Amino acid sequence: MARRTFVKVVAEFSREGGITPLRVEWEDGRSFEIDRVLDVRRAPAAKAGGYGTRYTVRVSGHETYLFEDEGRWFVEARE
Amino acid sequence: MRTVLHSDLNNFYASVECVYEPKLRAVPMAVCGDPEARHGIVLAKNELAKAAGVKTGEAIWQARQKCPKLRTLPPDFKKYLRFARMMREIYADYTDFIEPFGLDEAWLDVSGCHRSGEEIAGELRRRAKEELGLTLSVGVSFNKVFAKLGSDMKKPDATTVISLDNYREKVWPLPVEELLYVGPATKRKLQLRGIRTIGDLANCDVGILRGALGKNGEMLWNFARGNDCSPVLSEGEAAMVKSVGNSTTTPRDLVNDRDVYLVLLVLSESVAERLREQSLRGGVLSVSVRDCELNTRSFQRKLRRPTALGEEIAAHARELFRERWYWERPIRSLGICMSGLESLADGVQLSIFPDADERRYDIERAVDDIRRRFGHGAISRASLLADRRINEINPREDHVIHPVGWRG
Repeated sequence: MARRTFVKVVAEFSREGGITPLRVEWEDGRSFEIDRVLDVRRAPAAKAGGYGTRYTVRVSGHETYLFEDEGRWFVEARE
Repeated sequence: MRTVLHSDLNNFYASVECVYEPKLRAVPMAVCGDPEARHGIVLAKNELAKAAGVKTGEAIWQARQKCPKLRTLPPDFKKYLRFARMMREIYADYTDFIEPFGLDEAWLDVSGCHRSGEEIAGELRRRAKEELGLTLSVGVSFNKVFAKLGSDMKKPDATTVISLDNYREKVWPLPVEELLYVGPATKRKLQLRGIRTIGDLANCDVGILRGALGKNGEMLWNFARGNDCSPVLSEGEAAMVKSVGNSTTTPRDLVNDRDVYLVLLVLSESVAERLREQSLRGGVLSVSVRDCELNTRSFQRKLRRPTALGEEIAAHARELFRERWYWERPIRSLGICMSGLESLADGVQLSIFPDADERRYDIERAVDDIRRRFGHGAISRASLLADRRINEINPREDHVIHPVGWRG
């Protein structure tokens, strides 16, 4: 099972109203650059539980999900 | 020929909880209200609890007898409303004719879509699963009554088509109480006349039904034969919520008007706060009173204009109580419920004295704000200081939302 883990996110807000997450920062200080956002849609976080706008992002070659729910961002962390 | 869908979100409250906590899918679980603190009821349950025989509406202790390991969760109405709204947005991609039936059900008229009802039903189910993590049962038919029957036939996550060609085989063998508006009393009257299935009803002489049930008899006869031409209404969001209410069992029995007024004030304020939170106003007030021997009475009144002001609700509640209650016994619990709701999002009738009204709303909104930021006890009415114990009731945090199945 995965665990819902809230993270700090650095994002860009475009003139058109779009939000592009650029970097994810973990509690322990590690930070990951987001290379690309591949998809954005509303979706449940099936593994960890939760709901929100789901960003499919590529981080150092790996595809993963980043969720935004009412202003808070979270990832599904492996337990 | 119309194409009408009836869409039903399976085990709605319980399913939403599972979206947030997927582990709950693996254990029997029920969302339970706790209206009287001393005995809660099951509002919704997941598939495992259903398999163990847990029924919506029964008391938690009854459910626990059948299913000792039942996990119970308190309801989180805000979450459910959010998901109901998102589902509605999905419906709106297909049609404007959306008639909600509580939070978890809706009729859709998709006649103008140039696609088959079954195809749309499949797409709705796929999208609900992908976008919301919920499953739907959808009935597809040529009228509302059969569409609703269809959505009840196969659960969860299924489509049932009832067409002109197959309704005799699919609908007629069903027991008559499956039909919309056939409650226990009607069922009894029909059974006395040997009518047990919907087919019996359809093939019965309409004169007999008219004699037994009056105009309703003829209506049911038509329903059973597929002659239901009631339109799918294009209804606003307010129709999703039927009522907002609150009740409480007081720490001690209430013995005089003054006691009651205090409790009514607390309840009115919390109902009003919730109405405002959802941008709703209520036009019909009911006050329910349960005495120490557990007899319940309830009184109702239509207000001159809909309101979401605690003070106004409390004033009406006091009046209603004074007119109708004669103090035969002390009171154990009190409830207030507002129905006849309209949503500000759908437009409202304005008052001819808008300024005075607006000021009162401003005051109550300011109180909402303070409570949201600093807690419920941060501000309260001086009159409530008269009895600290009554003031300790915090109905805002332990209210209950009745499922639609309770419409009776």
